[in-house]
Formats: sequence, structure tokens, C-alpha cells
Amino acid sequence: MKFVDEYRDQELARTVAAAIAAEADPDRNYHFMEFCGGHTHAIFRYGVQDLMPENVHFVHGPGCPVCVLPVSRLDDAVELAERHGVILCTYGDMMRVPGTKQRSLIRAKADGADVRMVYSTLDALKIARENPGRQVVFFAIGFETTTPPTAVALKAAEAEGLRNFSVFCNHVLTPSAISHILESPEVRDLGIVKIDGFLGPSHVSSVIGSQPYEFFAEEFQKPVVIAGFEPLDVMQSVLMLIRQVNDGRHEVENEYTRVVTEEGNVKAQALVSDVFELRKSFAWRGLGTVPYSALRIRDAYADFDAEKRFELSVKASREAKSCECPSILRGVKKPTDCKLFGTTCTPQSPIGSCMVSSEGACAAYWTYGRFRDQQPAKLEAAE
Amino acid sequence: MCLAMPARVVELLDNDMAVVAFDTVRKRISLALVEDVAIGDFVLVHVGYALHKVSVEEAERTLRMMAEAGVLEEELEEISA
Repeated sequence: MKFVDEYRDQELARTVAAAIAAEADPDRNYHFMEFCGGHTHAIFRYGVQDLMPENVHFVHGPGCPVCVLPVSRLDDAVELAERHGVILCTYGDMMRVPGTKQRSLIRAKADGADVRMVYSTLDALKIARENPGRQVVFFAIGFETTTPPTAVALKAAEAEGLRNFSVFCNHVLTPSAISHILESPEVRDLGIVKIDGFLGPSHVSSVIGSQPYEFFAEEFQKPVVIAGFEPLDVMQSVLMLIRQVNDGRHEVENEYTRVVTEEGNVKAQALVSDVFELRKSFAWRGLGTVPYSALRIRDAYADFDAEKRFELSVKASREAKSCECPSILRGVKKPTDCKLFGTTCTPQSPIGSCMVSSEGACAAYWTYGRFRDQQPAKLEAAE
Repeated sequence: MCLAMPARVVELLDNDMAVVAFDTVRKRISLALVEDVAIGDFVLVHVGYALHKVSVEEAERTLRMMAEAGVLEEELEEISA
């Protein structure tokens, strides 16, 4: 496959950077939150921050489903595998996330529980077909991109009469989380994060469309630009946000028109609404309880709902002491503000979820940006 | 897990399934979430499902970026596991 000449992209990046420098008003600061972990990675990997004027700041948001899952739900998954003896299937990212007392699924597996990493819900269905005498639970997490595949799996299980398959549903919704960041009472405890606009998620929007963000752009008077994952997409989107801020506009604009439409993937949306309904509330790690921010399985599919099939003990779970994930997920603190960052908490031995997932802000800082905030003098002294 | 990768459809199967080619890796995926997909089309694949069709240009851009960011190999490994 022939790729576009990289030089052309560098030229284009310089052009966009020059436009941003020319249009950013030096008398004001611009704080833009990228919601999606994919954007966090693009910003760090390509050094996008270095191409920005000093008054344009990126605030890293909660856009990683692994990072926002509360410890109690992970404890429930461990309990399903250990106490109920099910075959627990889940995406690889979940395996190393530490729960209460640092207990993770990979530790449960090492101790004999049947935990299996799958690439797709299709694999989980296959495991259920091949093990008719065992209960198979798919531990479902993710935003709007990952939800339709879970819906398809539930429908397939029902159609086939696959009675040993069920789903432990932890799917969450992006727009409610963004709204919550702006209005929740917890901001008083954690501090207020200054946000002048959002880089909207790209693949999530390819499913739900750009339309769901319109209400909230209007309600909270914040501009949103749906941005693709390429560094040039991110830069172009920043320019679009700066223009909106300068003009006093708060609209939903779509930079990623080559993939995202206003209405999104209607077929996927219909499947999701057939199988799932809104939960009245759901606890997010870092955001607390957020009303109508997650999905649960509809009664029509109750037979395939692991929460109804298995009795899960309600227990108080504890986040690791001193872990700043809650503030980092809100963009109130930076990973380097956390005492554990890079000392006891590293990607090899993570304490908090932001370090576990490669899409978490802490893992991105660790890999690409941990020296960024240090003064050049300090770096020289260290050498 | 959140990444989606473009792949070319090389074979259409029963039950909304298809075989796609990611570079040299071939994989069975589901087409249950998309419509009117033909052999030769590029689709954006996420956790074993095509999320939507993409143009050849978009597929190339995305693959190039993933290769540059060093995640292409990682993803291919996960897919072929």
C-alpha cells in the first residue's frame, strides 16, 4: 500500500501550526479537553503540544473505559470468576487492572479461576458453544463503539438459545460524562477544571453521530469539534475550537467528516436500543455517580444478564490510597502531580487504572511526556 | 481496545460474516453492524465487527498513522491471537 509522502504532512502541520499561532489571542488562555484516550496518545506521540502556542493547553479527560470503571465492578467480575466458577471472558485491557487489595483478573487466573482474554464477543460466543456444561460470562466494558458488538452477541445468544451465555454489562455513555464534568457537585471537592472547548471523540461519534453533542454544546455553551485521530486532525480541530472561542460561538463542528456523519451508524444504534436501556445511575471512577450515563440489559434479554443470573455480594471497595486517578480523569490534576506516578505506579506495576490502560493519561505521560513539565535546567543537571 | 483498524473485505460468508485482510493477516469478522458491503470494500474493524465502510484514502491514512505510532504491529498481534 502506498502512503502519502510524510514531507507533505510536515509542511501541512507547519501551516496549521502557523494558523493557530496567528489566530490564538495572546491575551487569553485556551483550555481544551480531549475526551478520548486515542487523542491523548496522538497528542503525546507526535508532540502536538510543542506545536502549540504557550496559551493553548490540553486537558486530558476521562475517555478510557478501563480507567473509568469503578473498582467495585471489577471486584464483581473477579467474584464471578472465583466464587461462581464461570468462564469469564474479557478484553485484554481489563486483565491487569487492580481491584480491591490489588486483586486483578490476571491474579485470579493465576490462582486457578477460568479467565479468558478475547478479542471479540464472537470469541466469547464460540467459547459458550464449545462449553455447554459451563456458564460463560462476557465482562463487557466500553463506550459507544464497543456497545453494538455486545448487542449483536446478546441477540445471537438469544436466537441460538445459548443458555449458558450471559453478559456482565458495564457499557457507558460519552455525552453524559462530558455533561457531568461540567456540572457535577463533586467539582467543589476536586477543584474546578477550566475548559473552553472539547475535542469530541471520533469513533464513538462514528456510531452515535455528531448530533448528541448539540444539546450539550447549547446547554453548557462550550464548543465541540469532533476530531479524527491523526495529529493533523487534532491540530486542525484545535484551530476550529480557537476560532469558535474567539467568535464567542459554541457549536458542534465536525472535522472528521470522512468518517463521522450527523446521524451516525443508524443500524448499530437500533440494535443497541433494542437490547439495552439507560441505567438511572452508574458510578464512574473519578466522576462519582452519574445519572443516566450507562446502559443495562433490557428485561426482554434478562435471561442473558449476568447481574440477574448470579448473586453478587455488595461490598465496599476501596481505591488505592494516594492514587490521584479521580482528579486526573477529570483533568483537575496532571499525572506528574500524583505522588505514586513513576515511583510505585508504573505500567509494569500499575496502582491506578490510568496507568494500566495504554489509553490512560498516566500511561501516555509515562511513555512520551514524563519529562515535559521539567525545566530544561533540571534535565541538564540530571545528565 | 478502543482502536479500530481498516481492513479490506476479501470474502463474504453466511450469517453476516466476512473474511477481511489486515496486511497479511486474515480474520473472520461480523458485518452485522453495516450494510451493503461488497468484496474489495474497506471497513473499519473494531473488536471483530465492521463499524462502517471507509474509503481507500481514509484506510491508507489510518494505517499509515498506526504504523508510525507503533501500534499497528501490536494490533495485528492481538487480532491474530
